[in-house]
Amino acid sequence: MIKEFNNIKVDKVGIEDRINRITKRSLKRESKLKGLEMILSMIDLTTLEGMDTVKKVEQLCYKATHLHNQFPNLPSVAAVCVYPNMVRIASNSLKESDVLVASVATAFPSGNATLQIKINDTKEAIENGANEVDMVISRGKFHSGEYNYVFDEIAAIKDVCGENSRLKVILETGELGDYDHIRMASEIAINAGADFIKTSTGKISPAATLPITLVMLEAIKDHYYSTGKMVGMKPAGGISNAKLALQYLILVKETLGNLWLDKHWFRFGASSLANDVLMQIAKQKTGFYQSNNYFSKD
Amino acid sequence: MSSTIQPLEFNGNWELSPSLESTDHLSLKNQYGLFINGNFVKPLSKKFFPTINPSNESTIAMIAEAEEKDVNLAVKSARVAYDGHWSKMPNKERAKYIYRIARMIQEKSKELSVIETLDGGKPIRESRDIDIPLAAAHFFYYAGWADKLKYAFPIANPKPVGVAGQIIPWNFPLMMAAWKIAPALATGNTLVLKPAESTSLTALKLAEIIQEADLPPGVVNIITGPGTTGNLMVNHRKIDKIAFTGSTAVGKSIMKNIAGSNKKSTMELGGKAANIVFEDAPLDQAVEGVINGIYFNQGHVCCAGSRLFIQESIYDLFIRKLKDRMQSLILGNPLDKNTDIGAINSHNQLRSINKYIDIGKKEGAEIFQLNCEIPSKGYWCAPTLFTNVSQSHAIAREEIFGPVLAVQTFRTTNEVINKANNTPYGLSAGVWTDKGSKVFNLTSKLNAGVVWANTYNKFDPTSPFGGYKESGHGREGGLHGLEAYLNLS
Repeated sequence: MIKEFNNIKVDKVGIEDRINRITKRSLKRESKLKGLEMILSMIDLTTLEGMDTVKKVEQLCYKATHLHNQFPNLPSVAAVCVYPNMVRIASNSLKESDVLVASVATAFPSGNATLQIKINDTKEAIENGANEVDMVISRGKFHSGEYNYVFDEIAAIKDVCGENSRLKVILETGELGDYDHIRMASEIAINAGADFIKTSTGKISPAATLPITLVMLEAIKDHYYSTGKMVGMKPAGGISNAKLALQYLILVKETLGNLWLDKHWFRFGASSLANDVLMQIAKQKTGFYQSNNYFSKD
Repeated sequence: MSSTIQPLEFNGNWELSPSLESTDHLSLKNQYGLFINGNFVKPLSKKFFPTINPSNESTIAMIAEAEEKDVNLAVKSARVAYDGHWSKMPNKERAKYIYRIARMIQEKSKELSVIETLDGGKPIRESRDIDIPLAAAHFFYYAGWADKLKYAFPIANPKPVGVAGQIIPWNFPLMMAAWKIAPALATGNTLVLKPAESTSLTALKLAEIIQEADLPPGVVNIITGPGTTGNLMVNHRKIDKIAFTGSTAVGKSIMKNIAGSNKKSTMELGGKAANIVFEDAPLDQAVEGVINGIYFNQGHVCCAGSRLFIQESIYDLFIRKLKDRMQSLILGNPLDKNTDIGAINSHNQLRSINKYIDIGKKEGAEIFQLNCEIPSKGYWCAPTLFTNVSQSHAIAREEIFGPVLAVQTFRTTNEVINKANNTPYGLSAGVWTDKGSKVFNLTSKLNAGVVWANTYNKFDPTSPFGGYKESGHGREGGLHGLEAYLNLS
């Protein structure tokens, strides 16, 4: 299996050259506004803190469905992402909306627990109403060369998720090192049944970057070429402003094309991105930048 | 790989709105004279010709046509400047002028890049990020050498050649002027430079910079006109060296003309470079390199990777990736910051490219083109890919100088080395593999002046550039670039 997942090489200089081209794209007027609205619809609004409380999660869920009441036709975010013990709170708060509930699971963020604990963690999240599960891979096992373990673990969690809950597999790229490792981990996750591959927990720096995302998008593209199956992508952590988020969208558009420009196939894991996007939308619509105090911080 | 899978779709849905670079800040005259002896003068020929924006066929300005008397005047002024002061000036003083020109190019880089794009049709992204910065970099680099020539050639007693006649092409107008002028000045020569007929403007803007930089009169003379003007320079008895960049056909005729004279020469001519992708290559980055290799500057690049060799085991996958990537290219107004593919430089060039595309089809190759809207005015050619190409097809043998890629396959390393070298040209090549030993094996066996490994079309003033075989002789750039303008004992 090792060989099978290590076929296509990644060249660091080439990846970074490509990103250099992507970041030179210039977005103006209609295309910018459309991009900004698309970003909003793709956000997994996230709170993953030790000090998360019921009230905090409820506030976040309200924000998810009322991004900025001054502009009534804005899309809502794609999902709210919380710890398993907050899933029921979130799903109750969101039951009138089409915003999904995503739960991290499998001993997030380290992933250092037994398979049984991870399975139970996942089951509980789903039973409490999670539509999506964001699992972490066992990076220690990956670095020890136990790729089969990593594969089997993902497959076991996907088994628990079944057809109804989509599984996002967090590679924690900041701990994987080289692009070749990231490519290989992407292939393992995709072949083990991931519905999405996701860069980071947000707890490790560096989190998502454009080059890492490109490496993962290319793995998704090759899987599509060989099987016709689409896999989603979720960069998470460190994407806090609209300009950078737009560059991610351009990257998706030029790597995978139109099909992936949809919240079903592309997400941003972010906590503060939404407000910056809203500020930019306000600028596009009114011609002026407003103070960030005009946008609610939840 | 299954062929029933839907191709990826890149058009529609979310189009980028126009993002045009502004032209308000340009200072362009309606008519340009010849730059001789430090002044812009009316041509004695009294003739002018229009320079055209190839993206909309509008006339930008009228350019003087230098005939025999004008050429004589320019050469004489270069001669007088050489004998009178420039060759005797302390080297470090010469360096100051060259630095000054470099800095002024940087200061005016925005204006220069917009004019380059208007006059030549290349995307503003390229003139802004590549042409103009590289032109400045060449002046900076050679300014640094000016007072170190004795260290560069320790026992050879370097002496300038005299008056250089420099004839440059239309594909990188200002950059080619910089490649020619900077080393000539650094080594103590004076010169007469002739830009290509269709792209004189940035060379004339450079003349304005040279004037503003207070370079002594006559050291740099810039005269404009068609090939016949260049021919007068080639045959001029008072010119000591011809530096030419352009087609192999013209290069051959120049060499015939100067045979038997004492003129030194450097020739940077055509190419038909092999870009070789092995099965162990980083494929997506190789796709990017292939695209950059052939569609950069609409393929108007002498070192363009116009022959693609793909190892047969990855052929289907690679072609699929290549075609998908091609569909995400943006063709259109060169002034739009998002444009990847600009206009073809001239009507003549477009006709020549289209002729080759027809030949390719007639020869039985399979054509694939970027599916895009072609603007109604101007000269345009969609990026083109030919598969099912054989080594004996004209599109695999002759330089097209346009966005046309001929794709062949290979099985073994020796086979591809043979095929790659089986051309009268030898300017450049590209090798794509993750394996270092393979890179070194190929770079030593490919007969090409430049071999890029896992990248393509990367230029730097420190690196010599030039060809084998019918791609020319002499080097530009680096230490070697100095040698071309020196007599060494």
